[in-house]
Amino acid sequence: MKRVNVLGAALSFAALVVAPALAATQLTGAGSSFVNPFFSKAFYEYSAAHSDVTVNYQPIGSGGGIQQFTQRTVDFGASDVPMNADEIKRLPASAVQVPIALGGVAVTYNLPSFIKGGLKLTRETLADIYLGKIAKWNDPRLTKINPGAELPDAPIIVVHRSDGSGTTYIFTDFLSHVSGEWKSKVGTGKSVEWPAPSAVGGKGNDGVAGAVRQTSGSIGYVELAYVHENKMTQAQLQNAAGRFGFCTGRGVAAAAATKLNLTPTDFSIVDTKGETAWPIAGYTWAFMYREYQKPEEKSRAKMVRDVLEWTATSGQRIAGTLDYVPLPESVQEIAKKSLSEIKV
Amino acid sequence: MQSESHEQLHLRRSRISDRWFMAGVYGATGLFVAIVAGLFVELYAGSSSSIHAFGFKFLTSSHWNPVTNQFGALPMIYGTVVSSLIAIVLAGFVGVFGAAYLVEFAPRAVARPLAFLIELLAAVPSVIFGLWGLFILAPVLRAYVEPFLQAKFGFLPIFQGFIFGSSLFTAGIVLAIMIVPTVSAITRDVIAAVAREHREASMALGATRWETMARVILPGATTGIFGACVLALGRALGETIATTMVIGNKPAIAASLFQPAYTLASVIANEFTEATSDLYVSALIELGLLLFVVSLAVNGIARVLTWTVLRPAKAR
Repeated sequence: MKRVNVLGAALSFAALVVAPALAATQLTGAGSSFVNPFFSKAFYEYSAAHSDVTVNYQPIGSGGGIQQFTQRTVDFGASDVPMNADEIKRLPASAVQVPIALGGVAVTYNLPSFIKGGLKLTRETLADIYLGKIAKWNDPRLTKINPGAELPDAPIIVVHRSDGSGTTYIFTDFLSHVSGEWKSKVGTGKSVEWPAPSAVGGKGNDGVAGAVRQTSGSIGYVELAYVHENKMTQAQLQNAAGRFGFCTGRGVAAAAATKLNLTPTDFSIVDTKGETAWPIAGYTWAFMYREYQKPEEKSRAKMVRDVLEWTATSGQRIAGTLDYVPLPESVQEIAKKSLSEIKV
Repeated sequence: MQSESHEQLHLRRSRISDRWFMAGVYGATGLFVAIVAGLFVELYAGSSSSIHAFGFKFLTSSHWNPVTNQFGALPMIYGTVVSSLIAIVLAGFVGVFGAAYLVEFAPRAVARPLAFLIELLAAVPSVIFGLWGLFILAPVLRAYVEPFLQAKFGFLPIFQGFIFGSSLFTAGIVLAIMIVPTVSAITRDVIAAVAREHREASMALGATRWETMARVILPGATTGIFGACVLALGRALGETIATTMVIGNKPAIAASLFQPAYTLASVIANEFTEATSDLYVSALIELGLLLFVVSLAVNGIARVLTWTVLRPAKAR
């Protein structure tokens, strides 16, 4: 009898544990690897509060996310750059794109002697360094803005991401904004042809960080979260308002706040005019289709929409804890409004 | 009578098993051919729009510009071939001599664990080699080895110029370490397989063990050693992650080995997931096709070398 009881108890316990898991609908998304740490934590918390939904997000890269979304093999996609006209043309139906996360790109460097307050760069000098026009650390244009700093007579090693990435897109978008020569010679993209003769490519944030850390006289760009976690040396960059500053969550939020009419076609928030704005920042976008026909598609789409809406609003407090920058209120409203256009 | 029918039964059975065996052999071989042919066809079809757009210029241009959709693969072909050559020269040297020591000279108590350790290297995932290369090997090479080479042999163009941590040289060394187990394991087997009579005859003529090794055993094993090197070279040519992490990913051809470079496989690994335009994807697939062709060509050249270099040596 006792054994039966134990078995019964075990079974009912199993039923308790398994039942919600069985009932939960698994939604799938794919795309940007940049948002993955935020998404995993946000979706985990969402599932904890909504036992009927679990979300499986595959960080396969923005390009892959767009492709899978186009082929309808995932419920939603995410990309560090909104889909462009070409990509939208290839979609089987009209889609809605919403800003879902905000991040900044910091400039990091490695010099033999410590510079009090950090290396200072203007927007133009940063562009010329990446163009290869400022090739040595003791270039007069650098010594002029860094009085008192010990800048060596050594070549500047320019480090960049070798893998296609939204980080590179935001960084080159910034350089295109501040330098006409960069815009015409190189342009904006997730991968570009780097013109500096002393350029080295590292794979991922860790590849860039590794190269910068080990190469004396190098300069590179990495995501804000990565700089914080790894306590890397940051350079100060002058913004459009003429102020020097480091890349901080507050600076990125200030940049985002200057753009109130954010849309998927007008999304750039680099080199904004804000007084305290950090000039190299950008949004990650999530997308789903505008209309769903079949009843089971509709109920699924409703769940996806709810997840994304929660992520773009209440979920943003999680972003702050992970060194992302929470979306400003105005942008949360934009996301909510766009999501409300979805017919389910 | 009974014994005859037993034999017939046996014969029939063996005929059936023969057939099965033949089916298996032909089937497996056919499958190999089909896979290779299918791979080629698929790669060719995938790269057709890139082949159409750039034609032969794809092989001679040094510009890789995803922004303007201009693609050329010359620096990647160069980087792939040169990094693999550095690797095979180093790994061939170390692997063959190491194997010779392990088989012929080392005491058993040393040979067994040492061989095991070397083969253990083959089981280490390539991303570990890549990380190790980036964070440990590259700084050492940059701070000590490369300045030393530059000071002693700086008159050679391959050791000139600014010293980067991530470079063709670093990639070559990481690849060499990765393919050493292949070279040494096969070479060990090949050396061990050289007929005992040859060794004994050589010793009987008064040759020392070293002379026996250099004049009898190694020449006898050359074909096998060459095979080992070709196999190892194949792995070096196609290695992706480890190379990507240490080569510097710069699509440019420089005379110096201390400069960053790029390989075919690395570009694909770096850019495929974020490539969105059709021509871009097609160009990346064409790189895959080129890697296929380069591997075939290198294998072919290695084979021709074996024939031309080894046959006359044997005839002599």
